[in-house]
Formats: sequence, C-alpha cells, structure tokens
Amino acid sequence: MNERPGTTRAAAALAEAPAKTAPQPAGRTGAGHGVPTYRPDVPFLIALGLIALVYVALIAGMLASLVFYVELPVVGEVFTNPRYRYAVLLSLTSCSITAVLSVWVAVPTAYLLTRVEFPGKRLLDAVLDIPIVLPPLVIGLALLMLFQTAPGRFVQGYVRFTYAVPGVVLAQFMVACAFAIRTMTAAFAEINPRQEQVAMTLGCSRAQAFWWVVLPEAQRGMVPAATIAWARAMGEFGPVLVFAGTTAFRTEVMPTSIFLELQVGNLGVAAGISIVMVTLAMAVLLLMRMARGRISV
Amino acid sequence: MIRFDNVDIRLNGFALQRISFNIPTGAYAVLMGRTGCGKTTVLEAACGLRPIAAGRVYLMDRDVTALPPGQRNLGLVPQDAALFSTMTVEEHLAFSLRIRKAAKKEIHRRVDELAGWLDIAHLLHRRPLGLSGGERQRVAFGRALAATPSVLCLDEPLSALDEQTHAGMMRLLKEIHGKTGVTVLHVTHNRHVSSQ
Repeated sequence: MNERPGTTRAAAALAEAPAKTAPQPAGRTGAGHGVPTYRPDVPFLIALGLIALVYVALIAGMLASLVFYVELPVVGEVFTNPRYRYAVLLSLTSCSITAVLSVWVAVPTAYLLTRVEFPGKRLLDAVLDIPIVLPPLVIGLALLMLFQTAPGRFVQGYVRFTYAVPGVVLAQFMVACAFAIRTMTAAFAEINPRQEQVAMTLGCSRAQAFWWVVLPEAQRGMVPAATIAWARAMGEFGPVLVFAGTTAFRTEVMPTSIFLELQVGNLGVAAGISIVMVTLAMAVLLLMRMARGRISV
Repeated sequence: MIRFDNVDIRLNGFALQRISFNIPTGAYAVLMGRTGCGKTTVLEAACGLRPIAAGRVYLMDRDVTALPPGQRNLGLVPQDAALFSTMTVEEHLAFSLRIRKAAKKEIHRRVDELAGWLDIAHLLHRRPLGLSGGERQRVAFGRALAATPSVLCLDEPLSALDEQTHAGMMRLLKEIHGKTGVTVLHVTHNRHVSSQ
C-alpha cells in the first residue's frame, strides 16, 4: 500500500481513538512543523507480543509433548530402577558441587575484572569466554588430553579424574563456571564503587572493604550465578561423555542416560528421564528465585 | 590542615598540574568550579582514592602521600551518600569504630551520641532503602564523623536535595563544623552553597 503517512492512516487512527488520546488534529497547525502524526501504541505492542508468543509457544509445546508422550509408570521407573536412580543422584550431587565451586571461583574473578586495572585484563576477559564458545565435545577432548600430560598424570596420581566422578564435576565446572563469572561480573558492575571507596576512607583495607561491604552487596548476584551454573551443569553432556565416560553406576548422569536410551530406541524411558530432569530444574529455579527474593528484601 | 604541594594528577586524557593550596586547621574551605573540571578528582587525591603523579599531600602536618585512604584519618561524604544497602543505620554509624576494634560500650555511646545529634535516632534499625534524600545524607555524615576524623571531605553532598532539605542540611553542616572543629573541604558547583 502506498498511502501517504499522515493522511489516510492518521484519519483512521483518529476515528478509532477517543478524542482525549488524540487532542490535536494530525497535520500542520500553522506553527513550526506542527504536531507529528498520531500512531496508536496497541498495534506495535501486539506485534512485539506475537514475536514473543512464537517462542513461548515453542517452549510450552516442547514440554507438553514430553508430558503427553511419557507414561506415568516409566517416570516411576526412573526412581525405582537402581541404574537411573544412581544417575539422578549423581546429577544432583555433581551439579550442586559444580554450582558451589563455580560461585567460589566466579566471585574473585569477576571482582578482579570489574574493579581492578591490571596488564592483560582484556586478554583474561577474552579467555574466560572460551568455554562458552568452544564446542562441548572439544572441551571434553581437551580435558582428556590435559590429563595425559605430565602435570595431568601427576594430579591423577592423587585424584582420578578421567572416567571417574571427579571428572564429571570437572567437565560440568569447565562450562558452568564461565557462565557464573559473566553473571557475577554483571552483579559487581551494578554495585556503586563509591561504597567500597567510602569503606576504605573509614579505615578498611581493600580486603576488609571487600568482605564487609562488597561481598554482602554481591549476594544478590551469587544466587543467579549459582542457579545458572547449576542449570548449565545439569544439562552438560558432551564434555561429560568424552571426559568421564558413560559407565553405569559410576559416571552415568541423567543426560547420559537419555542419550543411551535414545541409542537403543527406548524413546519412552528417554522422555521419562527428561521429564524428571525438567521437573528438578524447575524446582531448583523456583527455590533460587525465592532465595533471591528473600535476599533482596 | 589540608595542604597540596605541586600535585599532578593524570587520568585518561585528562591532567591536573601543579595544584597547590593550604587549608588551615579548623577552616571550612569550598572548592568551586563547573562540572567536569576535576574538583572531585582533587578530593579523591586528598582521600588517597586517586594516585598522584607528582607532588605531596599533607593532612594535619602529616605527609600522607603514600598512605592508603584508611590511614589518613578522614571522613568522606559522597554526592549520592553511597550507603551500604545491606547494613542498618546503626551499623553505618558503628562501621568505622568496629573496623578500629573499639569496645562495644564505646561504639554504643558514640552511635547514640551521633544519632541524637543528627536526629536519626528513630531510623537506627532501618536500612537505606526507603530513606529520604536528607535522611540518607545525615546517615552518611554520621558514618563519616563516627571515628572523629580530623578532616572531612564533602563531594557535593547537597546537590540532590530539595530546597527545604538543602537549607536544613546547610544549618547542620555549620553546626557540625562549629561543634567538631573538623577541617572541611567541600566541593560544589553551586555558587549559592559556596557563598553561605
């Protein structure tokens, strides 16, 4: 349609809208450039909503199809079958350890990135993005090779990582921590640096200002950082598969179980484990949101 | 006394060179200038929050050039108060004394004294969220004065206040200065404030 703006459309809009929303007639008033053509907000907001709706509908459709596909006894089997139960427990334990470790590393790293100027800061910033952009299988392979080197073999002499439970945690941690660092960096950037400076003028050393002022302020960022690390760790599959293997009752986590069941064509069980994973992830998300609400009060 | 001797401060593409001034002990000095001319930078250099490239800084006849902010025995009240959102007003007033490991009894006495003086006794158990602009600045003054500093640095502490609160805070500033005899360096871009 080649209608001129400010004529037909504006007239239609005026006809639709009540007088109070369009107090001035469209077009020139004689003074200066006049009042711009009135365009109602509703079509714009509806267009935005439609775009968002496509994505939300896809999420809802995915979850609904999982629920409709799976039979209830199969979900029960996830908890009664010792092999799946082990995978659920290992997933929950390893993800929780990964989340704690990630926040533990993310807090000092993100603080350095946001508050301290040092040579090589930009390089460090770029390096920390590598686990996010690296293909997951490559991370697993690189870890496997790292532990074949002399320092890696030395460490393995004390704690076995490859094809062992610590390897599951390390594989999850390598990716989850990068996301936790990004979340914590955003949290530290939101804290007013003046607070820390005032604390230092009040007699604090830098470390005291960090412990007494910055860290309590950063608590609000720690919960989302832990949540995102936990969720990433729960879904981590490639690095765990390559670095820790898929041994039942040893290194099998929930994503591995889904993969193994899919490989033998057991779609029902794969969907059952998926439902349990989704439920657990949502429960943790809910708990974390509640915790965040309590902290920010 | 606050003395700058040929101080040079350099930061990203900006330099303040050969700054020298002397504010006698107990004086109330106002550093006035337009926005962006480096007033706050000078204040930060006095506090030890901004490294200086050359020259010396003296506070109360003591060369503090190489000392960290916490060793300079001064108080800072920033423009936005920069209160600690996780602490109560009482914890703000006690903060510098706790860092100095003062006795609990002494901390209580000082907190009560400051709260009464600054008229914030009814706010002691509140957190900064929800305090008015004037209340926030009173807490910031109390926090800065708790450890009886010899120098008080004020970075446009009244700029965000409405006219009525502004007048009240001006009276409070004069009262603080009269009562404590602290040497004040007050940075502002407001000619009205400086004339008062």
